[in-house]
Amino acid sequence: MFDVQKVRAQFPILSQTVNGKPLVYFDNGATAQKPQVVIDAVSRYYSEINANIHRGVHTLSQLATDAYEESRNTIQKHLNAKYNHEIIFTSGTTQGINLVANGFAAIVKAGDEVMVSGLEHHSNIVPWQFLCERTGAKLVVIPMNDQGELILSEFDNLLSDKTKIVAVNHISNALGTVNPIKYIIDKAHGVGAAVLIDGAQATPHLRPDVQELDCDFYVFSGHKVCGPTGTGILYGKESWLNQLPPYMGGGEMISEVTFEKTTYAELPHKFEAGTPNIAGGIVLGTAIDYMNGIGFDNIAKHEQELLEYGTKRLLEIEGLKIYGTSENKASVISFNIEGIHPYDIGTIIDKLGIAVRTGHHCAQPIMNYFNIPGTIRASFAFYNTKEEIDTFVEAVKKAQMMLS
Amino acid sequence: MTIKEIQEEIVDEFSMFDDWMQRYEYIIELGKNLPLIADQYKIEENLIKGCQSKVWVHAEEKNGSVVFTADSDAILTKGIIAILVRAFSNQSPKAILDADTDFIDAIGLKEHLSPTRANGLVSMIKQIKMYALAFQAKA
Repeated sequence: MFDVQKVRAQFPILSQTVNGKPLVYFDNGATAQKPQVVIDAVSRYYSEINANIHRGVHTLSQLATDAYEESRNTIQKHLNAKYNHEIIFTSGTTQGINLVANGFAAIVKAGDEVMVSGLEHHSNIVPWQFLCERTGAKLVVIPMNDQGELILSEFDNLLSDKTKIVAVNHISNALGTVNPIKYIIDKAHGVGAAVLIDGAQATPHLRPDVQELDCDFYVFSGHKVCGPTGTGILYGKESWLNQLPPYMGGGEMISEVTFEKTTYAELPHKFEAGTPNIAGGIVLGTAIDYMNGIGFDNIAKHEQELLEYGTKRLLEIEGLKIYGTSENKASVISFNIEGIHPYDIGTIIDKLGIAVRTGHHCAQPIMNYFNIPGTIRASFAFYNTKEEIDTFVEAVKKAQMMLS
Repeated sequence: MTIKEIQEEIVDEFSMFDDWMQRYEYIIELGKNLPLIADQYKIEENLIKGCQSKVWVHAEEKNGSVVFTADSDAILTKGIIAILVRAFSNQSPKAILDADTDFIDAIGLKEHLSPTRANGLVSMIKQIKMYALAFQAKA
């Protein structure tokens, strides 16, 4: 049985007061809080098995290596990847996308097209712009409608044999829209294009099955799934990862080095140069185990209740407008109040103990579409409650009163 | 009045408030009453890009003093700008360059002037000093 109070008790930070008020943490889209098991696992690693991996013959090095590789296996199972060497440890979603975009410089030619969507975070736009600048390829954008949904008929029209890769997010960070990625993947494959899915905002809410999706790459960040900061995963199909050149040179990623020629290590090490974030990588596995222990069915059910309740309560406020009104939404509510700057609301409700994100959410094209400077974004996690939503709504009302 | 005296006066005013809400309500009032910058100066060149709220600052010299006008699209930012304009406007370039902003601490608004806060205010103070420096160099 899912008991939100029991879950909350596992997160020490949630019982804090901020500015003298009990913390209401609704900035989960930016980063998730960490349960005690995750915090303890970091400490246990450094207290008990800290050593460099894949190198030493000594016992600690072997223990650390085993733990690191066990985490890789955990993530392979979680994503239902075919092989564990298709799981590459990264520093986060941004690095994963950059690694792939960089590698595609060897594949994409002038006149080819690289497709992103109008719903993307800057980290799924800029690396592709770099790629286009380097290769002379053209960046093509799938437009969205007023509900914040991708217009699939436009996508169909844009797709052609010039399209070499399509990069879209699974769930939009700014609006919460869940994108029809299965449709996009199948259609893109129909013209021979590869597909990268940015799962940064999806992985906290659902468990993707990369074989069922048949995506070529799937990237996400550890810190948004209750794991440590500076961790992330790039899943890539074996055939693609073999085809892409290495991203960084250094130790660990080589097979043999002479001054004349270096041969690269096998997957996954080819993409893991240097000493990685060992503690982070191991504890990301702990976090994934923890999330699966809670259960993604429970998470989805609870969060959808929060989304419905939060939407209903917020719409009581006069002049409030929600951006992103798709039927398929994750527990994210992005909104503005007529005549009030989001920064002002965010600043006042912070004084009332409430943490939300304000601003353009690193998705300026979306803000430009709606012609707004930014929004207030409340993003709920499985450890949030309806009572917190009540506190939040009262705080927003108070801010509105003070500011108008 | 010198900048120091004006700042002390502002600190005095703020000492009447018991809590953050009263302080913020006062800042919002100040924001609403800030004389708007003339539209002709609300241009890209005068725009200081903070991450979230926009700030425009315009400066001109009158009889050896620097006169600032400013605006923002966020009202709390605008209120704090009103305080800064009151403290620094109509002063000589040298006085502006010599002045500090410690009084912001004393009125409980330190967090708004943290360099990591995305509201453009830190850049605004830098800009005020740059204007003063430019006018001083011209004199």
